[in-house]
Amino acid sequence: MGIGGAMLSRIPVLGSPVPPGMPLETVDVALKKKMADVALNAARSKGASYADVRIGRYRNQFVITREDKVLNTVDTESYGIGIRVIAGGAWGFAATDKMDNDGIARAAELAVLIAKENARLQKEPVQLAAQKGFGEVSWKTPIEKNGFEVPIKEKAELLLAVNAAAMKGGASFVDSSLFLVNEQKYFASTDGSYIDQDIHRIWPTFTVTKTDDKTGKFETRDALSAPRGMGYEYLSPSGSGKINGVTALYRDRYDMLEDARLAAGQATAKHAAKSVEAGKYDLVLDPTNLWLTIHESCGHPTELDRVLGYEANFAGTSFLTLDKWESKKFNYGSPLVNMVADKTQKGSLGAVGYDDEGVEAKEWELIRGGVLVNYQAIRDQAHIIGLKASQGCCYSQSWRDVQFQRMPNVSLRPGKAPLSPAEMISKVEKGIYIVGDGSYSIDQQRYNFQFSGQLFFEIKNGKIAGMLKDVAYQANTQEFWNSCAAICDERDYRLGGTFFDGKGQPEQVNSVSHGAATARFNGINVINTARKI
Amino acid sequence: MPILKQDDAKTLLSKVLSFSKADECQVSIGGGDTGNVRYARNSVSTSGSVSGTQLVVVSTFGKKQGITTINEYDDASLEKAVRRAETLAQLAPENPEHMPVLGPQTYAPAATTYIPATAAMSTQMRANLVDQSLGIARDAKVTAAGYLEDSAYFSALMNSRGLFGYSTGTNVNFSVTMRTDDGTGSGYASGGYNDIADLNVAAASKAAAWKAARSGAAKALEPGKYTVVLEPAAGIVLLENLYGALDARSADEGRSFLSLPGGKTRLGEKLVDEQVNIYSDPWDERMPTGNYNFEGLPQEKVSWIEKGVMKNLFYSRYWAQKKGVKAVPFPDGFIMTGGSASLEELIKGTEKGILVTRLWYIRAVDPQTLLYTGLTRDGTFYIENGEIRYPVKNFRFNESPIIMLNNLEALGKPQRTVSGEGGGSAMIPPMRIKDFTFTSLSDAI
Repeated sequence: MGIGGAMLSRIPVLGSPVPPGMPLETVDVALKKKMADVALNAARSKGASYADVRIGRYRNQFVITREDKVLNTVDTESYGIGIRVIAGGAWGFAATDKMDNDGIARAAELAVLIAKENARLQKEPVQLAAQKGFGEVSWKTPIEKNGFEVPIKEKAELLLAVNAAAMKGGASFVDSSLFLVNEQKYFASTDGSYIDQDIHRIWPTFTVTKTDDKTGKFETRDALSAPRGMGYEYLSPSGSGKINGVTALYRDRYDMLEDARLAAGQATAKHAAKSVEAGKYDLVLDPTNLWLTIHESCGHPTELDRVLGYEANFAGTSFLTLDKWESKKFNYGSPLVNMVADKTQKGSLGAVGYDDEGVEAKEWELIRGGVLVNYQAIRDQAHIIGLKASQGCCYSQSWRDVQFQRMPNVSLRPGKAPLSPAEMISKVEKGIYIVGDGSYSIDQQRYNFQFSGQLFFEIKNGKIAGMLKDVAYQANTQEFWNSCAAICDERDYRLGGTFFDGKGQPEQVNSVSHGAATARFNGINVINTARKI
Repeated sequence: MPILKQDDAKTLLSKVLSFSKADECQVSIGGGDTGNVRYARNSVSTSGSVSGTQLVVVSTFGKKQGITTINEYDDASLEKAVRRAETLAQLAPENPEHMPVLGPQTYAPAATTYIPATAAMSTQMRANLVDQSLGIARDAKVTAAGYLEDSAYFSALMNSRGLFGYSTGTNVNFSVTMRTDDGTGSGYASGGYNDIADLNVAAASKAAAWKAARSGAAKALEPGKYTVVLEPAAGIVLLENLYGALDARSADEGRSFLSLPGGKTRLGEKLVDEQVNIYSDPWDERMPTGNYNFEGLPQEKVSWIEKGVMKNLFYSRYWAQKKGVKAVPFPDGFIMTGGSASLEELIKGTEKGILVTRLWYIRAVDPQTLLYTGLTRDGTFYIENGEIRYPVKNFRFNESPIIMLNNLEALGKPQRTVSGEGGGSAMIPPMRIKDFTFTSLSDAI
């Protein structure tokens, strides 16, 4: 599908609340290996030709505030085992939180039973790409400061200070939140891998609202932070990597206080902003906006499960059909457009050592010089596009859910020639500079999309001419990427992303980052979204 | 386990409360069994089974609250969970908006939401149902992708002031998309019920196959304002966004489509066409829901919009106390009334228009006007002189459910409908609406 709807309503309900501040208890690796072997042996003894086991302790922490109040501090933790098997040529899956030998063995047997029952409905047996076993290995997100070890009080005080800064800046209301994620996951398979991983993510965010009692109108401005595969160090502003322009923009450190103060002024200014005149504009899209367009219009259509029809009943299929890839000349975008997929980028949400079926993380090209050259595949799809090995895109949101093909980081490579956003804007006659992500929607084959943003600035004859509102841009994916006329250089490269990329039935969320530098798109259709009720 | 009977749940929760030393303690337990089969490309892809329960302990000292959970049920584990929640409560910041737990409540007897036959669904039964759908796809020479999921669940709630609630339920949901093998046509059908006997997998699969076969070689119409006939599966995804926005606090705070200048709201105003009546009723036989909410507040029959007038909004317990009104919990299901006309009769009464069978990727554009965007999907047809004439290419729309319900021409017979976006259920009639705003064309099929 895409990214989840309302942020707070989409907090993944993966676990159950546990005490905030509780020390992070990890399960002994030797014990996990023993449990994994119980499952693998039980599955094999019942007739599985392949089995893998994921023992997961998934921990989330949310601190949720508004104005001068801490509304909630929630720690959720979920611990259990998911067992996936191939028997009779079909997949079967069962999960349980009964972590004794008997409970694990029963779940393994149930997975085999389900596989055998489904085998009669299977057209062709599952074909897994070969994968060598890695033996006993481990991987950890390279964090500097574990957010779970920071006292709840310190986190709450930060958010309250953020809220105070926004209120002092003129906000009517402010909601702020801090989300922390820790996935402690252990993978074992009949291929001979025993992989222990410790994954960390963080997302500080807020929404500032300014109401106008006289008109009954309200305007909002969301945080320009990004969810990241980092520790609490993301919230330690160092000044380095910060980009100053129409507002402050951040690379690998986020100054939440500064952003909130600026947001309050900008939400107020939006009330007086000019309502956009619908028509064609050259768009200059900041990475805080462009990441979402990349996600929807390149990340999703290059998912091989969508291309093949596995998501036809929910998230949809893809216009990037196999014949277009086979032609080796499908013109996805202009020659400037180079998209790369990876599970390795430091600080990104997708970074892991190994995916959820024991494949080592890697990087590969999707779009080269504007031409479609590859997809995102997992072990049972690799043979379809002539690969001998999986690209390592398998993921499950928890031990309870079966793993399947999910989006890796998908990023637009920065331009090679030196170019700053200011230089880019100086060459635009009639345009709009858009910062931050807003409303987003795209069809089920990823042709027609509509995006909005947080801040819109009119560009007239190379200069910022003032703030606009009621802006949304509509385009066809292929036309849009072919209109890409310039991309700033790597000095401007930044990551955006989401915790809540949704796909699958039952629906699962996936965390993914998208890197980009500011880019220019010529002649894009802009609509005015103002209505009266 | 996993489904506890009422007496067993009461005994367990009483034991947990006996360990409490906090000013107040509320405990709840819930869980169940689910099973699913997913298929695509006319073959099973993944399927699974999950079983589990969890106990939640909420301890409060003054306005300080701690929450912990556990899924081990020996005495030592239960007491440990209570002690942890109390320790947390002492460390937590005070929440000025914290509300004390409710005292004992009287709940009217709940409607029947638990159906043993649904709870007894087996791996083999699921496979047999999916086999039916795959057979219909083969016969119709189309490609099927679908999903079947059933669940049986229970929940129980008890607190130190004597409140107790217990409920059980079952659900089965099915959806299927059939696509022509050449990729030019697509059709969708879905259904969700408490009772597996109400689910007709074959009928839904045939309906999807029919739409797929009829939707190929679609013609392109110019975007613009059109009369539309919305099937319930299309209407629900816009209406659920209206339901979710009926919050009193955001209206009072000036940040809702219901807000007016000077801190006033549109509560009591006629906002949409007088044909529009929307209410919730936990005892409606067509869509029974629970008789209390997560805090233990009784769910009652509530009229939300009556003859187009905004009659009620949700009030959290805190906001209700602040405003001196009764708390109104968010219901588990909405019912929109309609007439007796069938979808076919609505189509017959349409001179020129578009039949929309499904809407997709609905996202808010402007919360001030409740403007949403999204697209038609899986079968969109041109109607002329009361007949479906030909399939048309999909459109993107930008429309507000408020504007849409002001442009209402006719309503058909409400049907129990599952949202293809959020997964929730509601009773939704087919609707004929004039001047629905399509803003661009999509090449998607």
